[in-house]
Amino acid sequence: MSAPLPAATPAGAPPTASRRSRLRVQFEEALLPPVVALLIAALVGDILIITYGQSPGAVYRLLVEGTWGNAYGLGQVLYKTTTLTFTGLSVAIGLRAGLFNIGAESQLAAGGFVAAIVGTLLPAGIPSMLLLPVFIVAAAVGGGLVGGAAGVLKSRWGAHEVITTIMLNFIVLALLNYLTIRYFKVFDTLHTRDIRSGALPRLSAMVAAFHGSAANVVLFLALLAVAVAWWYLFRSRAGYELRAAGLQPRAAEYGGVNVSRVWWQAMMISGAVAGIGGLNFVLGYKHYYEDSFGTGAGFLGIAVALVGRNNPLGVVVAALLFATLSQGGLAVNALVPKQMVEVLQAVVIIAVATSVPEVRRVLRITRKDPAA
Amino acid sequence: MIGLAFLAQTIRIAMPYLFASAGGVLSERSGLIALGLEGYMLTGAFCAAVGSFYSHSPWVGVIAGVAGGAAFALLYALCAIRYKADQVVVGVAINLLAVGLTRFFLRFIFGSSSNSPRVSGFSVAETGSGFVALAHNPLIWLGALTIPAVAWLLYRTPFGLRIRAVGEHPGAALSVGVPVARVQWLAVALSGAIAGLGGAYLALDQHQFTDGMTAGRGFIALAAIIFGRWDPPRIGLACLLFAAAEALQIQLQGASRIPTQFIEMIPYLLTIIALAGVVGRAVPPAALGKTDE
Repeated sequence: MSAPLPAATPAGAPPTASRRSRLRVQFEEALLPPVVALLIAALVGDILIITYGQSPGAVYRLLVEGTWGNAYGLGQVLYKTTTLTFTGLSVAIGLRAGLFNIGAESQLAAGGFVAAIVGTLLPAGIPSMLLLPVFIVAAAVGGGLVGGAAGVLKSRWGAHEVITTIMLNFIVLALLNYLTIRYFKVFDTLHTRDIRSGALPRLSAMVAAFHGSAANVVLFLALLAVAVAWWYLFRSRAGYELRAAGLQPRAAEYGGVNVSRVWWQAMMISGAVAGIGGLNFVLGYKHYYEDSFGTGAGFLGIAVALVGRNNPLGVVVAALLFATLSQGGLAVNALVPKQMVEVLQAVVIIAVATSVPEVRRVLRITRKDPAA
Repeated sequence: MIGLAFLAQTIRIAMPYLFASAGGVLSERSGLIALGLEGYMLTGAFCAAVGSFYSHSPWVGVIAGVAGGAAFALLYALCAIRYKADQVVVGVAINLLAVGLTRFFLRFIFGSSSNSPRVSGFSVAETGSGFVALAHNPLIWLGALTIPAVAWLLYRTPFGLRIRAVGEHPGAALSVGVPVARVQWLAVALSGAIAGLGGAYLALDQHQFTDGMTAGRGFIALAAIIFGRWDPPRIGLACLLFAAAEALQIQLQGASRIPTQFIEMIPYLLTIIALAGVVGRAVPPAALGKTDE
């Protein structure tokens, strides 16, 4: 795994590294693992495709054509990117605080659910732009409650957030399933009634070529969230405390940071961000809540945060990558089972997770050795 | 008779939990989070169905299931132990990989996106839920033995002592000459093999593989491990408790006033309560999840 690495490392950076070379080092550390991972994934993909008796070239061409090659495919990619950006940001914010939020799956659903219920209660005919803040708050409350619960369990009772968020996934999804079926569903379906106000336009309303695709203006909300998350994490005092608690909780505590407060707040914010992601489906696409509408997006959020190095800007790029793979599965389904891309996504995650510590180790070794 | 049927149903439902949590506790006590149990089981179930389908022998299926589960566990070991990758990330990815690979090969081998054809299993009679059918299934006997066997391994053998030492304080274990990584590799491989057995039980019990048939059982097993405080006898009881709740729901059918969804929540709620330490705190092995130090 470490074979292709040494060539790309700077030979003996001086101890007083300038800002530019530090950036270069960060760049290498951030880019090498995904590149290695994509190569490994392509290899695994080749093996699966050949096993299935198809030509890798044809399949990969179809994958690109079906995603970036036409406006509909691109629209679908952008739709999936939107959700993944929110869940990826959610996981990334948690990780910056040193907390692993595996619960984006249920936080996303809870956010969508609360937003949809609020939407069905509102009177019809209110301008969507006026209502958007209401929906953002509703979705944030839904997701934030679930995330906050895990945060309080951690801060107050020391229950590990990995386990509690996994358990909360099952609990919350079962609860939402119950509420939907028992109180809110339209007869013979698993979804609620349509929201009465607040639906947002699809991108096809602005660019006709996107016609039929689910991409909608929540995409811009996602990009705004990225900017806000970046400012919050790297420019605000609260974000500084959050990162300090994540890097060295004891040192942060000594420095005057109330770490247990940071923890539950970070989990609540993380959950709220995932919850807002539910608007992509509820406001932008179907205009109702449907049971298990975001299945898988929460877990892929972990992958997005990992590949995006917990950096909001990296998260967008990673979300685009995983959304392309997801949509690409449908594009290649005529030649090979679409599940091939599920395998590739998992391979990318494993390969990145495995090569990140290895790349750092190799880079460190080559840098510490000025004679090299 | 309701009592007997209830008991038989509880045992049937508990089996996959017993296998998976017996395997998982070995991994966890050696310091490696067993998040991939679901994936080991799913792979085990698929390999068991394939093995049994081609050989017409359920025993070949069992062996294939064990091998499948162990193979996935070895991949986890490679990433988490050898390359010190983040255990949570790899664990989650192992589950995604298992879902993807089983679906891919379900279509490749059986040309279906939902289930395999019927494969040979153990139970002679099709009576299904009775005790007679249970007693004819050798995997039931094996399942009943796994928890005591794992307890004996952990508490009564030198290897078990090493597993516990490595999971509590790898540095100390290393300093007295315990090959930490090798112990962890073995513990993780065993966890995959035993969880794979649980998957094989599922597939052979239902005489087929269906897409996503483990349906979260690996996570219930993980819940049982935590609720049982990483102690095999208590884990066994936790599995039986979780299974009894499900069996009760099935027995009561529509007569129950409690919605199914709330019964489903029981294992997870109990686990959170156990972790939060409301009634006696569940304390994990000290070095759990910390291979990177």
